[in-house]
Formats: sequence, C-alpha cells, structure tokens
Amino acid sequence: MLYRDLLEETFLAILSNKVRSGLTALGIVIGIGSVVAMMSIGQGATADITSNIQSLGSNLLIVSPGSQGGVGSNVRQGQGSAQTLVLSDSDAIKENISSAVSVAPTVSTKKQVIYKTNNTNTSIYGVDAEYLVIKNLEMEFGNFISDSVKRNSRVAVLGPTARDDLFGENVDPVGESIKIDTQKFTVIGVTQAKGGTGFGSSDDLIYIPLTTAQTYFTGSEVLSNISVQVESEELMVVAQNEINTLLLERHKISNSEEADFSIMNQSDIMDTVSSVTGALTLLLGAIAGISLVVGGIGIMNMMLTTVTERTREIGLRKSLGAKRKDITMQFLMESIVLTVVGGVIGIFFGWAVSWLVGKFGDMTTVVTFSSIFLSFGVSAFIGLVFGYYPARNAASLNPIEALRYE
Amino acid sequence: MIECKNISKTYKSGAAETKALKNVSFKIKEGEFVAIIGQSGSGKSTLMNIIGALDVPSNGSYFLDGSDISSLSEDELADIRKKKIGFVFQSFNLLKRTSVLRNVVLPLIYEEMDKKKREELARKALRGVDLSEDHFFHLSNQLSGGQMQRVAIARALVNDPAIILADEPTGNLDSKTGDIILKTFIDLNKKGKTIILITHEQSIAEYASRIITLKDGEIIEDFDNNEKSKLIPILKNK
Repeated sequence: MLYRDLLEETFLAILSNKVRSGLTALGIVIGIGSVVAMMSIGQGATADITSNIQSLGSNLLIVSPGSQGGVGSNVRQGQGSAQTLVLSDSDAIKENISSAVSVAPTVSTKKQVIYKTNNTNTSIYGVDAEYLVIKNLEMEFGNFISDSVKRNSRVAVLGPTARDDLFGENVDPVGESIKIDTQKFTVIGVTQAKGGTGFGSSDDLIYIPLTTAQTYFTGSEVLSNISVQVESEELMVVAQNEINTLLLERHKISNSEEADFSIMNQSDIMDTVSSVTGALTLLLGAIAGISLVVGGIGIMNMMLTTVTERTREIGLRKSLGAKRKDITMQFLMESIVLTVVGGVIGIFFGWAVSWLVGKFGDMTTVVTFSSIFLSFGVSAFIGLVFGYYPARNAASLNPIEALRYE
Repeated sequence: MIECKNISKTYKSGAAETKALKNVSFKIKEGEFVAIIGQSGSGKSTLMNIIGALDVPSNGSYFLDGSDISSLSEDELADIRKKKIGFVFQSFNLLKRTSVLRNVVLPLIYEEMDKKKREELARKALRGVDLSEDHFFHLSNQLSGGQMQRVAIARALVNDPAIILADEPTGNLDSKTGDIILKTFIDLNKKGKTIILITHEQSIAEYASRIITLKDGEIIEDFDNNEKSKLIPILKNK
C-alpha cells in the first residue's frame, strides 16, 4: 500500500467517527498540554533561581563561619550562628590573596525598622564600599556606603522593597531619617531593584556601614560572612584553596576536616540549586505524564473498539489481498495520527497555559524546544505503543471468521 | 485452470474432529460457469474458502493456474487472492459511508496502482455491470440491494481476476433483482470469465453450465447443464 493511500484511508477512517476521534485525541491534548505547561513552570523556576544566583555577583566565593561537619561532629550548627569569622580574617584575605579582587565582609541581623507610622522587620546588612562592586548593585537614588563615610556613622541605604514598605513606591527618601531598633539613621541612598523574590533577593534589606553594625547591633568583631570576588573563573579553585589554607593557619587548625568555616563557591550553590529545581521539574513532568499515560490508554481503548467494529471490513480487505503488514499499518497509522494531531494541539494548549500562568500567576515560565520535542516524541511513541496491540489484533484476524463476524 | 486433487479438510475443536471435505477431486477449465450446490453442512463453504485461497486443505493439492497453492503462507495466499480471485459475497461487504468509486478501487490500492489508472479501471468495471455514472460518487449505503451487489461485482472484476467466486450472491436480494445479478454473471461468463457460484438453491444453480453437488463433504454429482440452461426463460428473452 502506498503511503499516500495509507494516509488517505487513515483520515477517512478518523473523520468517519469525528466525535469519538475528537474525544480520544482530547485525552492526548490534555496529557501533552499538561506536560508542556508543568515543565515550563519547573524550568521557569530554574531560570528564576539561576538568574538570582548570578545576580549575586560573578566569580564569587563566600566564606561562612561554622564547621563543615567533620568527623565526630554530627550536629551541624545553623549557618551564620557560629562566631568564628572576624574582621581581621577579612583583612588577611585582602592582604594575602593576590587573586582576590574585592573582599566584602558582611554582618547581618534582623531588626525592626520604623519611619513615622510605617514599620517593617527586615534584614540589616553591615557592609563596606566593596559590597557594591561585588554584588553588582546599582543605585536608584543617592549613594552607596563609600570609603568616605566615617566609622560608626549612622547612615543607611535601603533596598527597594524596604523603601516601598517604609516610604511608598517610587519615593526618593534620601535625607529622611528612620529608626532601626532604637537608633536613628539617615537615609543616603536606595539601590535599584534586582528582581526575583525569595532566595537571593537583594531588594528587601537595609545596608548600613559595617563598623556601625558591629558597634550598635552585634557588639563584636564577628562577621556573618565574607564575600570574595576572584579575578577570573580559572582562579576560583586556586583562590578557594589559598583562602582555606590561610584561614586554617589563622585559626590554628591542623586538620582541614575540623575547619570552623566553610567556603562556598558560586558554582557549588548553582549545582545544589539546579539539582533541586531539576528534581522539581522532573516531578511536575512526571505528574503530568500520568495524564499522558491515561490518554494513551484512551487511544488503545478506542482502537480496540474500532478493530472489533470493523472486523468484517478487515475480513473483506484481507479477501481482497491485504497482507498482515497492510492491516497493521492501517490501524497503527490511525492511532499515530490521532496522537500526533492531539500532541501538536497539546503543545499549543500547554504553551497557552504556561503563558497565562506567566502572565497572571506571578511565576516565570519557560517553554523550551527540548520540552516541545520531548512531548512530540512522547506522543508519537504513545501512538505507536498503544496502537500496536490493537493493530496486531486486527492483522491476525482470520479472514474467513472475520467475514462471518456479525 | 483449477484442479483439486484428493482434497480433505478436517476441523478440530477439542477432541472432536469434523471432516468437512473428504477426498474431493475435480477440475474447472477456463471460461466455465460452475455452480457448487449443497445443503448447509455439505462442505461447500469450506470448498469455497479453499478455492478462494482463504484457507488451505488439510490433505491433498490445489492447483491454481498450474501452481500448487495448498501449502502457501498467509501473505502468499493474500497475494494469490489479490491477483487471481474476485469475491462476491451474500451481504455485499461494501465499505459504508464510502463512495461507490472508492469501494471499487479498493483492491487496486493494495496493488499500489496510481490513482488515475485505478479510477479509470474502476469506472470501466462499473460500466461493465451496468451501473450508471450518476451513482459513482454516491455513498454505498445510499444504494439499493441490487445496485450494491453490482458494485460488489465491479469490485471483484476490477483487477481482472482469473476467477469470480460468488458466495450466495442473490441470498439477500428479491428474486427479480437476483435474476438481474445472475444475468450479469452470465454476461461476464460470455465475455470469458470463469465463474464459480456457491449456492444452496437448485433454481439458482440452474443458471450455471455445470453443477457440482456436494453432500457430507463429498461430490455426489457433477452435471453438465449446458443443454438445460439454454431453456431458462431469462436467456430466451434476451
């Protein structure tokens, strides 16, 4: 049988039972559509988080206090709760590590902040001028904390979300004074929004000079972490090892497994996060995949019914000289065409759903070509798998019995 | 053209064996019009299935055009049916909701013939059974019984088979329409087609020039009907 004739027969057969074919294809539309939509949500979340991490700065090493969970220390302390990292460590890194372009020691704490009748509970970051460079921050109003700011001066730079909470959107608060905890601070600037919510957001916080934070809020030399920007990506590993050796020496620890600090590399963070979001995408895809399987079973069910209904026709075709292959191809083609047509519609349907979720659901969604090709392949595969059994049943009918079938 | 040598067919269901055909032997020459007649259970359907290459005998040989086809595989038999045999069934077996022309073209689709050529052949076959052009694009289920059977005959003729095998072709028709169908067979026979008619009615068998009577799986009579068939009124009127 020529392929053109095969396709013609297939379309005639499908169109001769429009409602049933339509409903069966709908199962595939929903299955493929939900796979595409769910994967787009998962991949959107991945893209979101990745860009957040990248917005932290490039070629970044973050030194945090606390053990790495060496031998005999089963209990890990919460990150930042250990008090093993001090300002002189940061100064030592600045002096001794040649590949460190900028070093930004940071203390962070959470405090109540008040402006007139508005108040918010937000993170207070004690930083110095280098922080601006390392985190790629840009200013919306005023200036960032610079080297010319005097020690212990009570000035504050607001993140855009903190500004919105205290002053309202798009207001320039430079020169106003706010109260952090019990201390009065003068606002000297507002940073630009970097976008993103949750993890890695640099919008909902307030920056104050490091010395001020240590004097008024933490009362010690202890740091929450040290961000180190390395000259180039190639030097990341070298710098990480050098900092490790330096700090072990300074903290007088001989066994590196007992280190009271840990150094995180941006790509480590990225790896961890992407493995989590990858699992999330897979989970979402798998849940949607269940509906695809159900759709496939619908195809098989319809094809089995069709084969039974058309038993006499199969007998006739065989008596006219159709071979096993001809009959198998005819029914297989029907299920493949149904799933592929359903799959293509499903891809558009899923695309539309993900667009709507992106537009109204406050979520980033990304439809990738790989997810489209994957779903298309899966739908053709489903047609093949779920259509094969009914088609083989049809082909193996005995022509004499099939012709006699009532 | 057709030669059956000691053909037997045994059906087994569980422990019970049914001998549908017992040592049947006969020859049919090209251009003959043969009726195979018998009551139900006589083995005529089994014989038709074997002659039509739908089934193979348990024992014995069946020669069609000189070659033994009694031990061919399923797909090889399909090839024989495609090239050499045209079936006409009691219940027409047309594809519903499908045009007359497409029904007739169907066997040629399996021959992978190109569209233009096969439609030409289908039109010729339909004209050969006196179906008017107006009906060519009607759906098969819009036709009368007699028209449907003529479409079915056209379908059997379209690939120019060696044998037309008709299984109770008038069984679902009234006697007047049945006569027209039988007359169509006589015309085809006159043009040189070999026709084998399977029936259980003596009156229908009388149209043929030779009558083979089966009973309990054996041939009990092989009768030359030439003289007698000339007396059939419908032929006299012609």
